[in-house]
Amino acid sequence: MSAHDKGTLLSVRKLTMRFGGLTAIDDLSLEVPAGKITGIIGPNGAGKTTLFNCLTGFYKPTTGTLRLAHPVRGELRLEKLPSHRVARDAQVVRTFQNIRLFPKMTVLENLIVAQHNVLQRASKFSIAGIFKLPGYRQAERAAIERAAMWLERLKLTHLADDPAGALPYGIQRRIEIARALCVDPVLLCLDEPAAGLNPRESAELNELLLYLCGELDIAILLIEHDMSVVMNVSDHIGVISYGRKIAEGTPEQVRNDPEVIKAYLGEDEDEAEEAIARKIAAEGSNEEGQPA
Amino acid sequence: MSAVVFARHAMTPAERLRDAGWVAFVGLILGVPLIGLTTVDVGGRLGVETRFGLLAAFVAAAFAGRLALRWGIDHMRNRKLAREQASTTTAAQRAHGAQRLVNIVGWVALGASIALPIVYSDNRYVVDTATTVLIYVMLGWGLNVVVGLAGLLDLGYVAFYAVGAYSYALLSTQYGWGFWEALPVSGALAASFGILLGYPILRLRGDYLAIVTLGFGEIIRVILVNWTEFSGGPNGISSIPRPSFFGLEFTRRPAEGEQTFAGFFGLDFSAMHRLIFLYYLILVLALLTHVFVSRLRKLPVGRAWEALREDEIACQAMGMNTTNIKLSAFAIGAMLGGFAGVFFAARQGFISPESFTFTESAIILAIVVLGGMGSQMGVVLAATLLVLIPEFGRNFSEYRMLLFGAAMVLIMVWKPGGLLSHREPTVRLQATGAAASDKEGAR
Repeated sequence: MSAHDKGTLLSVRKLTMRFGGLTAIDDLSLEVPAGKITGIIGPNGAGKTTLFNCLTGFYKPTTGTLRLAHPVRGELRLEKLPSHRVARDAQVVRTFQNIRLFPKMTVLENLIVAQHNVLQRASKFSIAGIFKLPGYRQAERAAIERAAMWLERLKLTHLADDPAGALPYGIQRRIEIARALCVDPVLLCLDEPAAGLNPRESAELNELLLYLCGELDIAILLIEHDMSVVMNVSDHIGVISYGRKIAEGTPEQVRNDPEVIKAYLGEDEDEAEEAIARKIAAEGSNEEGQPA
Repeated sequence: MSAVVFARHAMTPAERLRDAGWVAFVGLILGVPLIGLTTVDVGGRLGVETRFGLLAAFVAAAFAGRLALRWGIDHMRNRKLAREQASTTTAAQRAHGAQRLVNIVGWVALGASIALPIVYSDNRYVVDTATTVLIYVMLGWGLNVVVGLAGLLDLGYVAFYAVGAYSYALLSTQYGWGFWEALPVSGALAASFGILLGYPILRLRGDYLAIVTLGFGEIIRVILVNWTEFSGGPNGISSIPRPSFFGLEFTRRPAEGEQTFAGFFGLDFSAMHRLIFLYYLILVLALLTHVFVSRLRKLPVGRAWEALREDEIACQAMGMNTTNIKLSAFAIGAMLGGFAGVFFAARQGFISPESFTFTESAIILAIVVLGGMGSQMGVVLAATLLVLIPEFGRNFSEYRMLLFGAAMVLIMVWKPGGLLSHREPTVRLQATGAAASDKEGAR
């Protein structure tokens, strides 16, 4: 975990996302520090993935702002960018809860496609590419080397030429992370990266996340249900329920927060959700909040 | 391992002999009336003659053939089983072998297509049919970009073919443009129509996209039928100039102050010269298309097309501008269709909206799907089959299209992914299959 504070990378202010009558995210504010791992937890349907979709341009938030302090390009307003520019210009890259690889393409191709914008520029509207000019070939070699580097680091090299869709689930998860890394992210948003992983794979994931954050200075936003991952790697955790933030703090603080324990960690899920609903209802009528 | 395999599938030699003996026996019984006895004309009356020598040869052939067939089937089965059970070869290696075979077939096909007009230099029918095959190959390669690579189902592809054909027809008859000047302009025009079609349907996918493209194809055709002042309406455009061989016309008598092809080379005039020239012209155009599309496929734009087919949302999450990717696929596909259209107009000398009906779109799409989406060699195979089956089917007169339909159904049942469904990666980390197997061994 990073030792010193590098300021805020992303600040979410009063974010609200409504779908017709349903409010998926309700007046949510959150700070994502640079160079650290921020965990987002909450029961199913709490609005975690919706938050990611707002962040990465797939949804346009109903109200609220998403300010990214980009280290090179300065302040960017993510809510105003279309999804491909969020990845290309703001370098906020995400993975998906239900893995979205390019299944018929090989693992290596998946990683090269992620470097599309760099290569497309080098191919000069494909003209340099068609005639295999040296400039383009050099760029292509660099892209392959970069992909090979990530494959090596994520122990995927022996699978490089296999179609991605044919590989086991846990490996597909790793490929998706490798592919996201090939976009050169400033902020990496991982949507349940440990889902479907066995304990050993989860431990490896922890190691990888700490490496990315500690050595490469990539800020990570992590949605996760696997507590062994979230609690061990996160510097900071936000707890969301029914689209609202119910708690925030270090893993220690969140773990010991009576509301969170009662609402989320300690009881089974049905009871937890009821408890949270009661808490929100109580907050609505009484600012002090009643013990549930 | 191999003992188990053999016990399950092969027969002993004695069993094989008995099996072949039975077949020979059936052959003998059938053969006596069919081959052994024959009628001859003996002085105006019918007489019967025996041909036991031929019968013996027939029975022997049945015996040997059955033995060979059984042996062949068992051998193939064993090999397949051994391959499946002893997984010494990886999927990647097998795919590599398949790709090498496809490459060899490709070179053989290229050699055959270059030699064809030389062998059949006086057979108009063969050269004409081969030219038609090549037009469909080129159209198939063009549509392959849109449907096979980018995964955008286009049912109105014939519209771009029509744009190309009418551009050349109008430019040449109205403004006196030659074939080679009109070719790039017509291609560019078709490409702009591709972009024009692409814009309104950027957000559509699958069925909805197919319906809109279908409508676009019909709009172009209906405009051509009804706008008589522009396109000649249902009468079409006739006496479109034929392409010349570097300025040498393929006519019997030279025009004022010009030379004919036959005159220049000191040959006797033959109508076949033009046909053979047209054949080689479309062969060159098709080969250029092939090289162009294969190269594009290995470039960022080609990979982006394939990624778009695989998952559009993931493309956006990787920072790819899907609008540009879709439009480029439509534009390039349309341009290639336009080139084919120019050639079509120049070859026929006459075009009318009749040639650009929905059936044409359907056939081109069938070529791409039957060939295996995205496979360049598959398109060649499917185009050859789809043009030749109706040609061979002429003997069956009214059942011709039935045969055509049945063949398509059979291919899809037998090979649901198309004739060549194997996809060759655009880039490999390991250069060859051998390197991969070394790694397998090391693990």
